[in-house]
Amino acid sequence: MMKDYNKLIFEVSKEGRKAYSLPPCDVEEKELNSLIPDSLLRDDEIDLPEVSEIDVVRHYTNISNKNYGVDTGFYPLGSCTMKYNPKINEDMAALGGFANLHPYQPEETVQGALELMYQLDRMLAEITGMERVTLQPAAGAHGELTGLMIMKAYHESRGDKKRNKIIVPDSAHGTNPASAAVAGFEIIEIESDKNGAVDLEKLKEVLSDEIAGLMLTNPSTLGLFEQNIKEIADLVHEAGGLLYYDGANANAIMGIVRPGDMGFDVIHLNLHKTFSTPHGGGGPGSGPVGVRKDLVKFLPVPMIEKKDDRFVLDYDRPDSIGKVKSFYGHFGVAIKAYAYILSMGAAGLKEVSQKAVLNANYIMSKLKKHYYLPIDQVCKHEFVLGGLKEDENHISTLDIAKRLLDYGYHPPTVYFPLIVSEAIMIEPTETESIETLDGFIDTMIKIAQEAKENPEMLKTAPHNTPVRRIDEAKAARNLVLKWDKNKQ
Amino acid sequence: MHRYIPNTEADKGLMLDSIGTQSIDDLFADIPKNLRLNRELNLPEPMSEMELSAHMKGLSSRNKNTENLVCFLGAGAYDHYIPSIVKHLAMRSEFYTAYTPYQPEISQGTLQAIFEYQTMICNLTGMEVSNASMYDGATACVEAAMMAVESARRSSIIVSSTVHPEVRKVIRSYMKFRDVKVIEVDMADGATDLEKLKSLIDKDTAGVIIQSPNFFGIIEDLTEVEKITHQNKSLLINYVDPISLGILKSPSEYGIDIVVGEGQSLGNSLNFGGPYLGFMATTSKLMRKMPGRIVGQSNDVDGKRAFVLTLQAREQHIRRYKATSNICSNQGLNALMAAIYMTTLGKKGLKEVAHQSTLKAHYAFSKLTESGKFKPLFNKPFFKEFAITSSVESSKINKQLLEHNILGGYELEKDYPELKNGLLLCVTEKRTKEQIDKLAQVMEVI
Repeated sequence: MMKDYNKLIFEVSKEGRKAYSLPPCDVEEKELNSLIPDSLLRDDEIDLPEVSEIDVVRHYTNISNKNYGVDTGFYPLGSCTMKYNPKINEDMAALGGFANLHPYQPEETVQGALELMYQLDRMLAEITGMERVTLQPAAGAHGELTGLMIMKAYHESRGDKKRNKIIVPDSAHGTNPASAAVAGFEIIEIESDKNGAVDLEKLKEVLSDEIAGLMLTNPSTLGLFEQNIKEIADLVHEAGGLLYYDGANANAIMGIVRPGDMGFDVIHLNLHKTFSTPHGGGGPGSGPVGVRKDLVKFLPVPMIEKKDDRFVLDYDRPDSIGKVKSFYGHFGVAIKAYAYILSMGAAGLKEVSQKAVLNANYIMSKLKKHYYLPIDQVCKHEFVLGGLKEDENHISTLDIAKRLLDYGYHPPTVYFPLIVSEAIMIEPTETESIETLDGFIDTMIKIAQEAKENPEMLKTAPHNTPVRRIDEAKAARNLVLKWDKNKQ
Repeated sequence: MHRYIPNTEADKGLMLDSIGTQSIDDLFADIPKNLRLNRELNLPEPMSEMELSAHMKGLSSRNKNTENLVCFLGAGAYDHYIPSIVKHLAMRSEFYTAYTPYQPEISQGTLQAIFEYQTMICNLTGMEVSNASMYDGATACVEAAMMAVESARRSSIIVSSTVHPEVRKVIRSYMKFRDVKVIEVDMADGATDLEKLKSLIDKDTAGVIIQSPNFFGIIEDLTEVEKITHQNKSLLINYVDPISLGILKSPSEYGIDIVVGEGQSLGNSLNFGGPYLGFMATTSKLMRKMPGRIVGQSNDVDGKRAFVLTLQAREQHIRRYKATSNICSNQGLNALMAAIYMTTLGKKGLKEVAHQSTLKAHYAFSKLTESGKFKPLFNKPFFKEFAITSSVESSKINKQLLEHNILGGYELEKDYPELKNGLLLCVTEKRTKEQIDKLAQVMEVI
């Protein structure tokens, strides 16, 4: 029945129902047009639903049942680090003393909040080997943009004004080149070598005095550690550029190796990946940016500083790139990351990375007999398969992903990175048990078997989800982007 | 063993055997030794749940919040009432522990909620299309400005000085890197100076950004701005408080091209400034230039209605550096809360919230300006915020109010040095007559 619920809230609506209550207005009732001229007032009714409270509750509960979250089951979505989101962290973020703070309250009334942000800045700096961290960026892509603005500001502050190009490997996340473009850079894409790593020769060819920097994920999007990272850093630095670290894959390295020690100058982290804050069905994320010492002055305003025993918002930073977002970033998300780090401690975070890498290698070792593994070496927190090993029935990665839905799994990331055809990118995270991994492995092997014996089953999958394969072409051709009561 | 990590030492042994390695260290052998961290991270000792909870409560209790202070502070973040069911429903873990709905077959909950959100934003603003939300009001406004630049193929943006100061700051940061000139128009009596706007707008002007109700709560004359802007073939961007649309004429009636705003007041907690959500709605004509995720309706192979992310060819994971924006996420959970809020308030409720806020704000205004000690800074129609001034420094007033557990107004001098002793006060439907009277009484004797 839950599966069959297929109503929009507008279709539940009935004139006269309501789900809200307000106290009677205790100031003198007046006609609005005695306060605001008629010409500025709305005369049409706003077409919002009219439903009672139980209707709202049933509606959202029913549609939530058509969703799959980390709490539902295994979510090995590569590059997204879908780890368990601790419940206590939600409780902590919901404390009245955090959730009900107005951003413009006087500093003396928000000392606890400022201290939390100050401490989180310091902890993330320690974890990454950076000097300071801003919590202002709203998400990973926003962090990239902020980092790139800092890089540009750095070069310009040195009178080095012709550095208008950013190098991005062809294995990079799509946001890297897009962020560089938004920051006003030209993008030079370099081809990866056969192991998916940065090709040093190709890098040398494109380095020049017009290069502002190189953006890199390490481990790479293939889940492999860039072993030449020191050489890469030296080459970029010798050419006068800066090295930017995309922290999407930081879950592999905590307590083991730090971006700052690898030679990175500017980094961002995704609190919604590595630091366990929930993805919220697409956000809110949080993308703090850390920098090495001489770049601190360029960080966005305000920074939180400690003066004597008080925490203050410091806006007096003349070299800052300015503000990139209203207020101070996603404070509500920062609380959860802070609580997570306190729960884990140094040893816990190291164990996170160790077990995340162990889990990935375990699945890889079991699946490589059945699926094509383009680069067969020890992986970090994730690895990339290239479709089935034997595929006489032309089963695509999409078919495999859709069949996984039937078995109750969220599929891995598919068709990314772009440098592996039919890519299946698997990231189990550390919060999954061997039993869960075995269940997934068995299912993947079963699907490989089905591909041989019953290919139609895969090509028409999924079969038992709330809806089946959706006509995406129709959605784009015949655009219906809102419910229109006149078209029902 | 940590409570969030299930695999035991025995499990580890089994797994290493299967991999064919001796130790965990072998799995990290590819990391050059000289780069490795050869010490423990310098972090506090791990806390049990009990210790964590005590520590966090300790920190939070060092803040005073809008539960123990009576809030007359607005300026872009608003203390409206949030019905209990908003949080209960949004905190269903099927919603908040899910990723972006890239696998639509198991994400219909998120997708349908966004589709309904888009519909409600369209109905509220009168616009034809809405995206699935953006980081916040300020960044949504920047994205709108970029849309105008791309679509008009012109190189400058005019922004009124009555637009929220933080929004203007964020626009400046971004545009510095895009070679887009940002020109500010002065104000006259708390609203955009239309004569100055006429003199500044020219063939390079891609778009004009006007906030209404503006930063001072004043309802701007958008009819006149629309004429000036469209005569010049520039795009008109309206930054708006969504609650105000419960009673104020919708942006589409003025012929606005892009509507953006801060959606926090739709059921999202104050959260010390975030996470909130930016909303964006526009015309069908500009739809393909709009950044961010969009959900569309289609059907599955059985003909059943289904929802899916659409028009993805604009986005970074397909277009890479040619994308309309680098934005990747939306504020999914915040948009969900906004949708549940709008659903709960519904047709009548949103209007009533706006209506009560207006009545109470005007009551507070007349009460505060009664004796003549506090004078209105401007003489223009306003919604739920208004600016006053006096011979007393606004910081002094706020300090004294705080002693009475009242969170006073926004000190306007911080951003507008010419508005000496100016105080911007906000009154939502949550404030009672008694609280307003107390505010007036305390302020009268400062």
